[in-house]
Amino acid sequence: MELTTPKPSIFRRISTALHNHPGLFLLLLLALPLGWMLLVYIGSLIGLLIQSFFYLDGFTGQVVRQFTLRTYGDLFTRPHMEIFGRTVAMAASVTVGAALMAFPLAYYTVRYTSRRLRAILYLLILLPLWSSYIIRVYSWKLILAKEGIVSWFVGQLGLTAVLDWVLRLPVIGGPSLSISSLGLFLVFLYIWLPYMILPIMASLERVSKSLGEASGDLGARPSTTFRYVTLPLAFPGVVAGSIFTFSLTLGDYIIPSVIGDSSPFIGMTVYSYQGTSGNIPLAAAFTVLPITIMAIYLLVARRLGAFEAL
Amino acid sequence: MTFAIEFNNVSRHFGEVRAVDDVSFTVRDGEFFTLLGPSGSGKTTCLRMIAGFEQPTAGRIVLYGRDVTTLPAYDREVNTVFQDYALFPHMTVGDNIGYGLMVRKVPKPERERQVAEMLKLVRLPGMERRKPSQLSGGQRQRVALARALINHPKVLLLDEPLGALDLKLRQQMQVELKAIQHEVGITFIFVTHDQEEALTMSDRIAVFDMGQIVQIGAPSDLYERPRTRFVAGFVGTSNILSGETAVTITGSAQPFSVRPEKIRLVDVATAVPAAHCAIEGQVQDVVYVGMHTRYTVALPSGEEMIVVQQNMDVTPQNGTAVRGKAVRLVWPRAANNVLEEAIG
Amino acid sequence: MRVKSNVNRSPLGLTVTAVAVLIFLHFPFFIVMLYAFTTDETTFTFPPPGLTTRWFGVAMNRADLWPALFLSLKVAIIATAVALVLGTLAAAAVYRSRFFGREAISFLLVLPIALPGIVTGIALRSMMGLTNIPFSFWTIVIGHATFCVVVVYNNAIARFRRTGRSQLEASADLGADGFQTFRYVVLPNLATALVAGGMLAFALSFDEVIVTTFTAGQQSTLPIWIFSQLTRPRDRPVTNVVAFLVVTITAVPILLAHYMTQDARES
Repeated sequence: MELTTPKPSIFRRISTALHNHPGLFLLLLLALPLGWMLLVYIGSLIGLLIQSFFYLDGFTGQVVRQFTLRTYGDLFTRPHMEIFGRTVAMAASVTVGAALMAFPLAYYTVRYTSRRLRAILYLLILLPLWSSYIIRVYSWKLILAKEGIVSWFVGQLGLTAVLDWVLRLPVIGGPSLSISSLGLFLVFLYIWLPYMILPIMASLERVSKSLGEASGDLGARPSTTFRYVTLPLAFPGVVAGSIFTFSLTLGDYIIPSVIGDSSPFIGMTVYSYQGTSGNIPLAAAFTVLPITIMAIYLLVARRLGAFEAL
Repeated sequence: MTFAIEFNNVSRHFGEVRAVDDVSFTVRDGEFFTLLGPSGSGKTTCLRMIAGFEQPTAGRIVLYGRDVTTLPAYDREVNTVFQDYALFPHMTVGDNIGYGLMVRKVPKPERERQVAEMLKLVRLPGMERRKPSQLSGGQRQRVALARALINHPKVLLLDEPLGALDLKLRQQMQVELKAIQHEVGITFIFVTHDQEEALTMSDRIAVFDMGQIVQIGAPSDLYERPRTRFVAGFVGTSNILSGETAVTITGSAQPFSVRPEKIRLVDVATAVPAAHCAIEGQVQDVVYVGMHTRYTVALPSGEEMIVVQQNMDVTPQNGTAVRGKAVRLVWPRAANNVLEEAIG
Repeated sequence: MRVKSNVNRSPLGLTVTAVAVLIFLHFPFFIVMLYAFTTDETTFTFPPPGLTTRWFGVAMNRADLWPALFLSLKVAIIATAVALVLGTLAAAAVYRSRFFGREAISFLLVLPIALPGIVTGIALRSMMGLTNIPFSFWTIVIGHATFCVVVVYNNAIARFRRTGRSQLEASADLGADGFQTFRYVVLPNLATALVAGGMLAFALSFDEVIVTTFTAGQQSTLPIWIFSQLTRPRDRPVTNVVAFLVVTITAVPILLAHYMTQDARES
């Protein structure tokens, strides 16, 4: 029964060498992806941080590579803080709006559908997520235009006066929906909504149906069950979703430059500082703010158990 | 004489957990050797170390005189039948069985001939083209067996291979496995937590508890002479008597075990024969199990003893043993098995 | 009708809200489709005054559109290839062994899409500034590959976890070395997950615009071309037609990727 073992092939010898040195094998597997991410990405983030301590010489237009806090001095000025406040306010309202819209759809999909319908709904929620971002933004330019479908529809309902009244409101109003903060809010909401729906669905799927039945069995009315069982268990999903909606709104500059009244947001400001004015140090310092916010946000989210729902 | 397998002080620790702790044993060539124990007792880890899926943290494993302790799984002349069969779902039955030959570059016609032969051995002739998903549990089991045997391993490792089958099929496969072992004549290492299965199939059994072997022996040794309380309780059912009760019966406090079927239930008035032990008690419970009837008898000390009586008469209940009645338990002194533990 | 009886009836209010949200998610696509055929040249009038297909011809003849499309395709192909290699390696490493910092790897990979896009963009841009690397095709690819890795990684690791570890052990047990196990067992199991992950990475790269604007310099990918059409409108009907084409064409890989992972989930 002795098997004649031929001289092992080169592959087999490599395989055996890796078997004998599992640490080396792991290192080989990780070298490329880890090296790439550390070098390209983490390296860049560190580079960004370093740049924020340089400054732009106003006369020569050249970046001076010398450690200074001047750029941060420029950052903490009133106009910049207004931009900052506006962006955070928008990100927060988009997050709340997305949670309010996402929850019913997620709850309906997870709780009240057959397997077949659930698969279809799942696909319908995924499709916008993966579709072209820029086209989806563009579509709202068509929808919100003064002569577009929303105005037309409101007119058909005879509510044009109401729309005009809304547009005359301070802060959220503007000449048309397309050039108002309200319109901007709608587009942000539309673009990032799927990022809120999916984590909520994932966390609801983990809430077993029998928990609800147990609660009902113990005498709770459906509304009570929802309040004390379903909602707390689904909450990590909402937090996980909010990471995306908040962060993505914070860092977007395409949407506010296409829709809205062109009042600046963080993204647009960063873009214009690095682009037209070539002030990369200030642009870098600017992004340190959203990074800090997101770092705090992630730490809180982690404590709330949102990472399991990602 | 070379052993099929030698374990020399083998340990496998996962951090603080000692899955296998300083285990030594030898398996003879051609033996049907069973590793028996409750889950988490270390038996499966031992099997996986023989296969090469896990490495011992200490000790040596020797396979037919060759130290294989650190050899990768693919260089060991052993094959495994997995608990979940681990058939490759994307390959046909034929490709599954021929896999070992294919990776050794055996030419296709030769491979096909051997696959057909193996399918005949496991009584699934002509099934080459099926996919594993089209087979029943019992059939998958046979394919897994054929896939392992085609490589002519020196040792076949079976990891609870019958666990997923229902009782009838399991009993049938037990017989077939023995027959196949007889036919191919190689060493089988069999892992199970089912003591009855172990007793029926094995030449020798190693009983595992908490990462260590507590006793090795032939089935009858283990059954008749369990060395510890654990083995006495795990392999079959035992009455374990110690302390005052032991003193009452034997005159010594040394704990001992006695099997329920060695005991007879008699009327309290019946005299105790010579060289027999006896104790009186009250019948607590009577369970009719068909082939036999099982009685639970409460002793004056509050302990309980189990007694099993063959139902040799047409009417099983002989009148002495109704619930609540006082009875005398009698058994030959030779049936007492002294346990290796300190009196205390 | 056994399945039906397991499903409770939803409260009417909930059903209506859910359907409304679904419509909100999808009606913009129909608007894009419709406007590709409008005869209106200068405004976004609804309902369209008339329908025509002539803008498709006009769009085909726009000279600046084609280089943008080809650049996007080239970038997406290379970035996807890089992401496939890096994502699969990372997934294999994380699946294969327990090592300190496993979670950190997943976290590191997801960071480029979890942090605001502007951060990733400006970080890469500032790195290029620091090291004096000029803008090129490759600067776009590097940026795209970085945020595409996580998509491949997620798909691959999910499939690895579904492929029982015992299959890999069985292969080694039967005499296959690491390379043979990879070729005959891992790859066939992983194939559809990699194709799906690759398609999603492709879709992600193909329409990325935020990071790209920072790493592209004067080059124009298709999304950048569309973006410039939005901010400096010229030939609105052409934009509409391109929007229509992008929506319909990108739907194909997304749907395919979905069905490929769906099959594996059910079998």
